[in-house]
Amino acid sequence: MSAFSGTILPVFVRREHASLTATLLAPPLALATAAILNLGLYVLMGRDPAAVIYAMLLEPFLSWASFSEVLLKAGPLLLIAQGLAIGFRAKVFNIGAEGQFILGAIFASAIPIWFPQATGQWIWPLMLLLGAIGGAFWASITAFWRVRLNANEILVSLMLSLVAAQLLNYLLLGPWKDPAGFNFPQSVMFQYDAMVPILIPGTRVNVSVLLALMLSLAAWVFMQRSFTGYKLQVGGLAPRAAGYAGFSEGRAIWLSLLIGGFAAGLAGAAEVAGPLGQLQRSISTGYGYAAIIVAYLGGLHPIGIVFSALFMAVLYIGGDNAMVSANLPIAAVRVFQGSLLLAYLVAVAFVRYRLEWRRPAYRSPS
Amino acid sequence: MNAIEFILAGMLAAATPFLLAALGELVVERAGVLNLGVEGLMALGAVLAFIVVYHGGGHVMGFVAAGLGGAALSLVFALVVLGFRANQVAAGLAIGILGQGLSALFGKSYESLTVKGLPKLALPWLSDIPVVGGLFVQDVVVWLSLAATLAIWATLAYTKTGLVVRAIGENPKAAHAIGYPVVAVRFAAVAFGGMMAGFAGAYAAVVYTPLWADGMIAGRGWIAIALVVFGTWLTGRIFLGACLFGAVSLMGLAAQATGLDVPSQLLSSLPYLVTIVVLGIISADRRLLKLNGVASLGEPFDR
Repeated sequence: MSAFSGTILPVFVRREHASLTATLLAPPLALATAAILNLGLYVLMGRDPAAVIYAMLLEPFLSWASFSEVLLKAGPLLLIAQGLAIGFRAKVFNIGAEGQFILGAIFASAIPIWFPQATGQWIWPLMLLLGAIGGAFWASITAFWRVRLNANEILVSLMLSLVAAQLLNYLLLGPWKDPAGFNFPQSVMFQYDAMVPILIPGTRVNVSVLLALMLSLAAWVFMQRSFTGYKLQVGGLAPRAAGYAGFSEGRAIWLSLLIGGFAAGLAGAAEVAGPLGQLQRSISTGYGYAAIIVAYLGGLHPIGIVFSALFMAVLYIGGDNAMVSANLPIAAVRVFQGSLLLAYLVAVAFVRYRLEWRRPAYRSPS
Repeated sequence: MNAIEFILAGMLAAATPFLLAALGELVVERAGVLNLGVEGLMALGAVLAFIVVYHGGGHVMGFVAAGLGGAALSLVFALVVLGFRANQVAAGLAIGILGQGLSALFGKSYESLTVKGLPKLALPWLSDIPVVGGLFVQDVVVWLSLAATLAIWATLAYTKTGLVVRAIGENPKAAHAIGYPVVAVRFAAVAFGGMMAGFAGAYAAVVYTPLWADGMIAGRGWIAIALVVFGTWLTGRIFLGACLFGAVSLMGLAAQATGLDVPSQLLSSLPYLVTIVVLGIISADRRLLKLNGVASLGEPFDR
């Protein structure tokens, strides 16, 4: 069979060295492919593709007001994705960032909800810290289950996200509901000192964007320059070699999950102490899941992730625009996200493989 | 009707979405592929079935549309992971997000609409037994799902097809060396799993709770994946696990009916909490997982 397959169908041949060209080309190629496929879908749905492109991909850049909203959206995506990417490189698949984000928001909200009269510039930093601890706490359950009980971290972290959403509902419909809030599932509005200071006057962009960029730099130093980061990467690429070298698998799992939970919790805290100003049911519009795509699209590399987070934020803001101006359902954003990740995974295959149209003369024994 | 009778009567129907999706995922994993997109495949199947039934196409055509839709989307997954050797975890998540997005997109104008479910068929004599009689009054899909469980168990355990699927999952290189088409069989297994997930979604949307709401699958696809682990890749245990989850998801309703003062959110998260606990208990027995697990699960196959 293999003697003929090469002549009819192209065969996939492993490259001797990973291709840098393919690595750099993968994200833009994936983006172009996903854009074309999705535009085809919009045409089928009877929408004007030019109007959708304009609203989704151009409008966010056309005014300072809308671009500042992109920066604001990029903050949480960037934070969560940087944390997740560290785990993904160690092959620890924490996909429960959504729940860790929610727990971060809940922990941070405890201060303004329990002490609404408190004043002082210490409040918002403490809220961010508490949020990060909350996220790390939620992730630590997954870490314990994985390390001690050998349970699959994908399933446990995802189940904990669903539990977190119910916990949030419980708090907002019960003990933390704003008594003067006409029965809406939301908390009281936070006091002034519970808000992260605005970074760019006249916009909603606050200091947390700066924090996300600083932590991106820290992630780069950690993964590319520190011994601990190196140990995590070896554990992901060659688990056996890591074992022989005496790198503890359990510690790698704990560290990956705690970092991921910390970052997601911080993002959740920054969201309630930032643009929202209260704890609400809709604190996350799928940031935890979108950040998984951001992490992969950025090549799991701290610098790549800065760009992919910005792009994903454009997609969120552009999706809102397209909903208003081109009558496109907001679910179109999720369709775009899913197809983008699929297109990227296909494109990235060419980093390690190439297509050959004839039967290879020599096939290395594998 | 007391709580026990209520749970016994409703358990099989509540278990059916879990069971169908988990049986499909069992075959996929037995062939050595991990498809984490079940939640999205179920959502797509659910919306397709709902649209067909809503427009008067009937339940049979609804299930056909759901099965075809689930199989088609899972073939995209198969192309990406088997053709392009992509990371199966990431590709599965992408399919899940895509499927949920498509279901929300297609279902937009059907939000909160309802259709008619299916009538229940009672087995003569058995359904008259006190207390457990309710077990024998079920709709036709439940009976067919039980038949499918038996068929999949027999196929995997006793037929050559089943043996080939299992061999490919255990050791694809050896299976390839003796001439079995590893990639083709994996494609077929993934498509079968997608079809079953589509059926599971269809059952949820046009039989069990015959209405459309975005996000109505509510984690059941993920629980189905967990069920394959609980069942340690064995059909019979997966069936028992599905029944357990059917019962757990009814316990919330039963508790509320008896006036128990428990927050409804706690009852809603009961299936998720049970999943976490059971996953911990089963996985802690490493020997059990090693004994029945699939050796090449999630690894790409390179000749």
